[in-house]
Amino acid sequence: MSKFPKILIAATLAAAVSAPAFAESHSADLPPAVKARQAHMQLYAHNIGILAGMARGTAEYNAEAASAAASNIAALSSLNQSTYWAPGTDSDAVEGSRALPALWENIPDAIAKGEALTTAAAALAGTAGDGLEAVQAGLGPVGRACGACHEDYQLSDE
Amino acid sequence: MKRFGLIILGLGALALVAGWALTRPATIPADEVAAITPDLARGELVFHAAGCASCHAAPDAEDKTILAGGYRLDTPAGVFVAPNISQDPEYGIGNWTRAEVVTAIIKGTSPDGRHYYPAFPYPAYNKAELSDIVSLAAYLETLPADPTPSQPHELGFPYSIRVGIGLWKLVGVTDGYAIDLPDDPQLARGQYLSEALAHCGECHTPRNMQQALDTTRWFAGAPNPSGRGTIPNITPAKLDWSLDDIAAYLETGFTPDFDVAGGTMAAVVQGLGNLPKEDLEAIAAYVKAVPAAE
Repeated sequence: MSKFPKILIAATLAAAVSAPAFAESHSADLPPAVKARQAHMQLYAHNIGILAGMARGTAEYNAEAASAAASNIAALSSLNQSTYWAPGTDSDAVEGSRALPALWENIPDAIAKGEALTTAAAALAGTAGDGLEAVQAGLGPVGRACGACHEDYQLSDE
Repeated sequence: MKRFGLIILGLGALALVAGWALTRPATIPADEVAAITPDLARGELVFHAAGCASCHAAPDAEDKTILAGGYRLDTPAGVFVAPNISQDPEYGIGNWTRAEVVTAIIKGTSPDGRHYYPAFPYPAYNKAELSDIVSLAAYLETLPADPTPSQPHELGFPYSIRVGIGLWKLVGVTDGYAIDLPDDPQLARGQYLSEALAHCGECHTPRNMQQALDTTRWFAGAPNPSGRGTIPNITPAKLDWSLDDIAAYLETGFTPDFDVAGGTMAAVVQGLGNLPKEDLEAIAAYVKAVPAAE
């Protein structure tokens, strides 16, 4: 049992050390942990896009679809992501990573910000089926929870 | 030979006097400020548009109207620490006159007659309507007091010499707008909000050798002044978002593909999100009208 995490850390470190060698490379070459968390963010974005389309009136409100998207966001936010945020995969170590080293220096704060998203997402999942106003009201807090973490821990870039 | 020396001395003295006259801290007269009746609702809008809370609200504070300061702008010149501008009479600006507050914002001059570092974006705010800044000052007076002492900036030589700012102001502060635009009320409003209040160019425009904004490459992107990475080029050469996309981003932080604004832009959105839709659309129209620059 104690051996497994060590192997994981060693593998992660190896990936991180070799990462600069394929700077400017395609995302397919990113360390698995970075690919995993970027995929996770992509799933958030897809589901938020469905809700934001309804909130802005570019898509018709549909209670079932809204509930499904909001439930997905809530489910995603409650996944255990500890292996996504592997040490040595910050934006200094890995070209293509947008996670600042500061994240690993402030793990308790990053976890607290993640929990704030879980709370906001659960609230939205509970009300998204009630009507358009509920989606419009609940999406703001979810976006702000995402933004709170990006503000401190996401690399500014084009 | 002796006479030559005297001429040099005389010229030197003249240069000193001229230099002093050109670089002395400027003020807004108290009677001009007193003549304006402030509009608090307008002052609140200016507060959000100008992004005061982005720097002056305590980092990680829930309530962005407690302007206790403490945000650290970590630049190549050193670390600027945003001061307490809450209404506390001892640690904030509670005992300043309204004219002193207005002078600080528009002229970059402190009540004791010193130059502020342009980390405080008075090179943008000097283009604001005096009545807007008077209204802003009056709005600030309605916000809470907080007794957190301001922290000193952490600057190395020569940036630690404040007198040099007077010289810098001669090249770094201009009265006119950065770019020429067609005559259009929406663009004019967008230019006012962007260039005079929201000071977008302070981060999105690269600087020249004198550290003044390079108006020939307005919004063409620049190194992040406060940390790693770059501030993106948002001219039409790089940013192809629609007007509605830009307005929605400024309101909610969501990009067209539903990433969420991060870095210093997150705080900008927290302020701009309070503006009416027409104002956000005006900023968006302005951003789309900026000349394309690679």
